[in-house]
Amino acid sequence: MALTPHDIARVASLARLELRPDETERVLGQLNGFFTLVAQMEAVNTDGVEPLAHPAAILGSVALRLRDDIASEPNQREASQRSAPAVERGLFLVPKVIE
Amino acid sequence: MSANFDLHDLSVFDLAARLAGGQVSSVEVTQHFLKRVKNEQLGAFLAVDADVSLAQAKAADVRLAAGERTPLLGVPLAHKDVFVTRDFPTTAGSKMLENYRSPFDATVVNKLGIGPGGAGMVTLGKLNCDEFAMGSGNENSAYLPAKNPWDLSRIPGGSSGGSAAAVAARLIPAATGTDTGGSIRQPASLTGITGIKPTYGRCSRYGMVAFASSLDQAGPMARSALDCALLLSAMAGPDLDRDSTSLDLPVIDYATDLIAAYARNQGAAAPKYPLKGLKIGLPRQFFGAGCAADVLQAVRAALAEYEKLGATLVDVDLPLTELSIPVYYVIAPAEASSNLSRFDGVRYGHRAANYTDLNDMYKKSRSEGFGDEATRRIMIGTYVLSHGYYDAYYLKAQKIRRLIAQDFQKAFTQCDIIAGPVSPTVAWKIGENKADPVANYLADIYTLSSSLAGLPGMSVPAGFATSPAGGGMPVGLQLIGNYFKEAQLLGAAHDFQMATDWHMRQPGGSV
Amino acid sequence: MSTATSLLVQGYEVVIGFETHTQLTTQSKLFSRASTSFGAEPNTHASAVDFALPGALPVMNKGAVQRAIEFGLAVNGHIAESSVFARKNYFYPDLPKGYQISQYEIPVVQGGVVEFFLEGEKKTVRLVRAHLEEDAGKSLHEDFVGMSGIDLNRAGTPLLEIVTEPDMRSSAEAVAYARELHKIVTWIGICDGNMQEGSFRCDANVSVRKPGAALGTRREIKNLNSFKFMQQAMDYEIRWQIEQLEDGHAIQQATVLFDPDTGETRSMRTKEDAADYRYFPDPDLPPLVIGRDWVEKTRSEMAELPRAMAVRFVNDYCLSEADGNLLTTEKHTAEFFDAAMREVLNEEGSTGVRHAQGVANWLNGDIAARMKKSGISDIRKIPLTAWHVVTLVRRIADGTISGKIAKDKVIPAIWDGRLTSALAVDDVIKRERLKQMSDSGELEKIIDYVLAANAKNVEEIKAGNSKAMNALVGQAMKATQGKANPAQVNALLKQKIG
Repeated sequence: MALTPHDIARVASLARLELRPDETERVLGQLNGFFTLVAQMEAVNTDGVEPLAHPAAILGSVALRLRDDIASEPNQREASQRSAPAVERGLFLVPKVIE
Repeated sequence: MSANFDLHDLSVFDLAARLAGGQVSSVEVTQHFLKRVKNEQLGAFLAVDADVSLAQAKAADVRLAAGERTPLLGVPLAHKDVFVTRDFPTTAGSKMLENYRSPFDATVVNKLGIGPGGAGMVTLGKLNCDEFAMGSGNENSAYLPAKNPWDLSRIPGGSSGGSAAAVAARLIPAATGTDTGGSIRQPASLTGITGIKPTYGRCSRYGMVAFASSLDQAGPMARSALDCALLLSAMAGPDLDRDSTSLDLPVIDYATDLIAAYARNQGAAAPKYPLKGLKIGLPRQFFGAGCAADVLQAVRAALAEYEKLGATLVDVDLPLTELSIPVYYVIAPAEASSNLSRFDGVRYGHRAANYTDLNDMYKKSRSEGFGDEATRRIMIGTYVLSHGYYDAYYLKAQKIRRLIAQDFQKAFTQCDIIAGPVSPTVAWKIGENKADPVANYLADIYTLSSSLAGLPGMSVPAGFATSPAGGGMPVGLQLIGNYFKEAQLLGAAHDFQMATDWHMRQPGGSV
Repeated sequence: MSTATSLLVQGYEVVIGFETHTQLTTQSKLFSRASTSFGAEPNTHASAVDFALPGALPVMNKGAVQRAIEFGLAVNGHIAESSVFARKNYFYPDLPKGYQISQYEIPVVQGGVVEFFLEGEKKTVRLVRAHLEEDAGKSLHEDFVGMSGIDLNRAGTPLLEIVTEPDMRSSAEAVAYARELHKIVTWIGICDGNMQEGSFRCDANVSVRKPGAALGTRREIKNLNSFKFMQQAMDYEIRWQIEQLEDGHAIQQATVLFDPDTGETRSMRTKEDAADYRYFPDPDLPPLVIGRDWVEKTRSEMAELPRAMAVRFVNDYCLSEADGNLLTTEKHTAEFFDAAMREVLNEEGSTGVRHAQGVANWLNGDIAARMKKSGISDIRKIPLTAWHVVTLVRRIADGTISGKIAKDKVIPAIWDGRLTSALAVDDVIKRERLKQMSDSGELEKIIDYVLAANAKNVEEIKAGNSKAMNALVGQAMKATQGKANPAQVNALLKQKIG
């Protein structure tokens, strides 16, 4: 199934990426080449096969570990905001969020 | 200092012994390597800080003086730049994270480092890699390409290209790498060093900049299986408090048995067939027309050595080997597209200088910060997860993934270890494959399936490619083990390395 | 499903479903060990996980799972043996990872019902599911010109999202549902129910249709954070939708916000591609496995639920449903009543049941009023004990004091702290000399005195003006400092006047 420039635009928008017109052309070509490869998957019969989300699950069921409900993380704002582009009074500044 | 050798020719094991024996101090060793690293021309390092390294070396010397004798104390290493560090910037090879300073260290960094509870190694700096670990040649680094010490016009492999180049050129005795689809094994193969990707979940992913969460694994890269075993013993282990995918398995000492085997080998009691009883499975699909003839030649020669050591070679079948390419390149980009969403210019990382509103800020920051390959993979990943395509692509790929893992289990009923080439070719020329990124994906064919299954895999130097195209470049032998069988892999590699000297060869013109 | 005839509005049937986000009362966040407490300085209750720093990973909070199990049991839902966390991907500054960890295909609680009464009629609202997810941070707009400030203290706080089937057929029913749900989650202690702080946030999905027709297109009213505005918002939305349809316009699916100042709902700016969240199972989190013994242990430790307690009060103590509901509005009040009645039954055996109405009346009436006036919301903090109330009721029943004396003298004496609450009611009665005058002799003397002092009234009563009797009763009560039994006073006066 071939991708169209519309698909590229939609995906780029979802991913918050901006492609120049010449880039769109190139990416379109590359992705179409890629999806020809991906089409091979259709030939494999996967009826009744469960997806393998966690590799360790092959050996038996894996279960999420649970930790005790203790608030042990201290205030680490300063160190965490050291690489922040824009901070004022402890808040991260961004262009105004319109609801 | 004896004129017969330089410190950089020593293995991790030997360096540690000399440090423990008081013949050299960690400060001296560190200074020696810092000198080699300074002005290096391989593009291996992205960050170096002599003051930080020497302070760590001094601390190591204090521990040595106090009588501590642990296997890695005072030995220098460097970290692939996807491990976050407080003392050095972390870029993950991307402009997105230029000058980013993490407030915490990765668990693997802590386990190897000089801090409390760590193995006491000295960090020499951060190593170049493909952007966000996406690539097989280190050409996708946003900063500079890395070069193969065996031929400076060729890539060292990727994504742990800087790690491989630095170790091969003896700029450092060991390095950490990460392997998602082959990114430890392939550069190790292409630069003639040893590297191992352990079972998924064996090493903590806390502090590793995430690429594909269900595939990423940390592992050591060094010049011998023994050195890798020393590092892996320190790196591996449960991180139950911080990584929910970390396996709750006891920490294993991988090195002691290897050291004992080495000692045994020196004496009259050296076994003639140390690998007697070991069945090595050779997948038909790994030895077909897709692999360069001279690569196969070197691999087969290495396998013949294994037979001499007592191993038996059997044929096995991994029918979905080719399918592993689309399966991997659907799953990994899907997970990556989500993992990379946090790079939005809000809390850290690159923010565009000019934008009109919030959405524009997102788009410009991300487009400016990400390179072509990262952009491509985010696009693929977003597409295969999007409404209407999820079942046909992502879900389908995860189902085939299970079939691939089951195929390995079937194969392991007939053999103990699976072997074959790591890469269908030797290292290619820088710039040669840039035009067709999909061709690059195809070159991952031998490493992807074991990554998808979560199995441990190694690359062991096995010889050189003798054809004109091969240019005398290194060829690695891949060993794939069943779950948790890192010790068996390292043992088999170690026995091979005691009988051969491919792993001791040096590139002619380096640094 | 509502069994009664739906309330049609202008000939249209109203269909409402609710989604409620309840913040759980855990100490730490869902996937990070940062504190969940409200009101801290911005970004001081956030860890690497909450800032979504490179390399951070989620680790699940057992306390959140425990609370999900408790909720599932409270609504008779099915607790999934294995449920999956999924990533919901979208970009927003208060969503640091660029995705929210939630549950999509397989939630932790499946099904369940919430029952309540609306104007005497029993309603049952079916739940589709309840799932765990993390809350987002906050954007602050004041003080920043053209910019917003992002605070991630709230990011990662555990939420239980509770989703109903579209079973509700009026705005009143929906509000009653919301109140009952609020009661349940605060009763079992999984949520503090503080709507001003955002602990209990409702979204209403509203549509209308002609009876018998297919479901209409729904619009979602987001962030209804007070019961008062909830009904107003839905009523406006219903009228608006009907008006649109009557004018021949189709309803477009939309998300709307209620503006309390104008009383109107208005459509939010639609976000592009907002619907494509690209859900997939989070590879950082294996499935959540809940063993049956954990569920059974929780079940055995859970307190009785409000609805069950109300039913028990009605059945065992012959109370009305209204009283049963009032008593079980709040957990500690219900337990107070229960404890009081247990004491009565211990003392008197089953005849003690006759005091239940009296105890209920005191709790729902005078004591509730006093609590409200004093700003006390937890009955455990009032100076009176269950034993006090029980004794009061019995002393009124046996004629020792009148209800008025109890209310005006005994309770204040203890409540206002003039006398220690360690005093028994009987001691108070004795100390303050509150015992109802039952000595006929003394009473007669007072009656005679009153009659003598109010000859004019006596004339009027004899003339047929019965209202003048009240004044005499009043005087007699005053003369006895309220200690006379009013019935007795009345009887004696009548007897003497003739």
